[in-house]
Amino acid sequence: MNLTVIIMFLVFVGATLVITYFASKRTQSTSDFYTAGGGLTGWQNGLAISGDYLSAASFLGIAGAIALWGFDGFFYSVGYLTAYLVVLYIVAEPLRNLGKYTVADMIAARFELKKVRAFAALSSITIVIFYMLAQLVGAGALIQLLFDIPYSISVILVGIMMTIYVLFGGMTATSWVQMVKAVLLMIGTLIISFLVLLNFNFNIFAMFGEMKNITAPELEGSFLNPGAQGNSPLNNISLIVALLFGTAGLPHILMRFFTVKDAKTARSSVMWATWIIGIFYILTVFLGFGAAALLTREEIIAANPAGNMAAPLLAERLGGDFLMSFVAAVAFATILAVVAGLVLSGASAFAHDIYGQVIKKGKMTDREQMLAARTAALSVSVLSIILAIFAQDQNVAFLVSLAFCVAASANLPVIVYTIFWKRFNTQGAITGIITGLVVSLALVILSPNVMDPTGSAFIAMEPIFPLDNPALISVPAGFIGAFLGTFLGKAESHDKYREVKVKSVTGISTSDVSH
Amino acid sequence: MSKIDYKKIAAQPEFEALLRKRNRFILPISIFFIIATLIFPVLTGYTDLLTNEAFGNISWAWIYAFLLFIMVWTLVTIYMKRAKEFDKEADEIIRKYREGEYE
Repeated sequence: MNLTVIIMFLVFVGATLVITYFASKRTQSTSDFYTAGGGLTGWQNGLAISGDYLSAASFLGIAGAIALWGFDGFFYSVGYLTAYLVVLYIVAEPLRNLGKYTVADMIAARFELKKVRAFAALSSITIVIFYMLAQLVGAGALIQLLFDIPYSISVILVGIMMTIYVLFGGMTATSWVQMVKAVLLMIGTLIISFLVLLNFNFNIFAMFGEMKNITAPELEGSFLNPGAQGNSPLNNISLIVALLFGTAGLPHILMRFFTVKDAKTARSSVMWATWIIGIFYILTVFLGFGAAALLTREEIIAANPAGNMAAPLLAERLGGDFLMSFVAAVAFATILAVVAGLVLSGASAFAHDIYGQVIKKGKMTDREQMLAARTAALSVSVLSIILAIFAQDQNVAFLVSLAFCVAASANLPVIVYTIFWKRFNTQGAITGIITGLVVSLALVILSPNVMDPTGSAFIAMEPIFPLDNPALISVPAGFIGAFLGTFLGKAESHDKYREVKVKSVTGISTSDVSH
Repeated sequence: MSKIDYKKIAAQPEFEALLRKRNRFILPISIFFIIATLIFPVLTGYTDLLTNEAFGNISWAWIYAFLLFIMVWTLVTIYMKRAKEFDKEADEIIRKYREGEYE
């Protein structure tokens, strides 16, 4: 533990607290708290989406996976990025035109039943908790490694920080922290990539050439080609399905579309996000290859068996303590910003959908709503800190891919049908959410993540379902469930669908026609 | 605030035309990028097509992955362009409705 790291960390934490202080003065209404007053511009929100998306799994996880497994690590970058086309082409604008604070708002724009809202909120909360756990477990490991303090204390520290951002600053503070963090993350990644390229005299072919020579007993194929990790093809396909369709169902990403004033700005924020995220994922090649070339495999694995410390270690090798502290502080800020965003989306599902709309039937003063939102944020924080302390030994990537899978199976089918299918009805929406949620969770319990004959998972037995990620089955199940449910339920009037169509296509609102 | 007559707007030929145009643009492209993405793990998992080297030490798998990045950026740019046209038509529909031309 050295002084540079401590100073760098304190500077970061201090700076983000200053942001929160100024944001808290601007956070007065419920709309400020949930959506930063809907006043972000396209590039600001694009940057914030990138900040939300480029979590520890991307920065630490993918860099490490490429360093250890070559192409197999990069594979995931591809799925994470193309997912934004689903967001842009199918979800972003209708969502912005129909919703106010949450995904459930959008589905409720067509079906007024409280039940639909409650189930939509339930699936959002499930996704948020899995995602949250992954981030907190990752944060705990990072802080534990850097400062040499116990894991549980690390998690509590991160938890307290994130709670401060959310409680006092709401969405405004969280958005700004995400923007600042996205810029710093890009700067750090660019610096490391530049230094790696310098090392290869800017000859990319030479870099690939050196990677060709990487061998290790556990590599089942060549480092430069798919398959080094020895995953079954079906497993890879299933994972890509989860990533591709999951992003468009992640509550904390979708919630970002309510922080802009209209669908046009929502669209341009996706454009900005796609460029930033895409460039970042290209650079993960340099992070990973650099680590593979300049560090030994043993070094990377010794620091963390999954390779999560490859990027910070590479930074230390290339730029000494200063760059290493910068990267570590950025990684810390990354996790913090992402969990803050998650707390907000979990809290809005509780406070806005379940408490506000289902229990209080929408009859609340703005003050009561704020109180409910803050109480919910505090509860989500405390609950996830407690869960994270017990989830220490869970694989971070597994938890994240699970969140993507539930999002793709329970949320996306219902979102798509709500926008595009005339015959879709209340029964279909409820059946779809339940099917997606139950099938994905059940298959995970029967999968190698939970059942493993060697005893490395929860239950020591042969897994009943062979795939790590069940998206290949559960996503179609969600679509089929919603489809069958629709035909079991009774046909509904098409008036509401017409309204949804007109709103989602034209973006018309009462303010357009009031005189 | 006045209430919006969605039924009336939905019945306008201009609105129906815009809706059809949007869907005709979005649907084929969505199917294309979904297939282009999903076929990638299928090709790498079940064939050796992408393991040969394309340029120097870089195999076709990297080229395919890189092309998917280019695809994303291209399709985003195309969407931004087309969406601007749709915006204009949508604004026109809102204007006509507001000015009572659909009576």
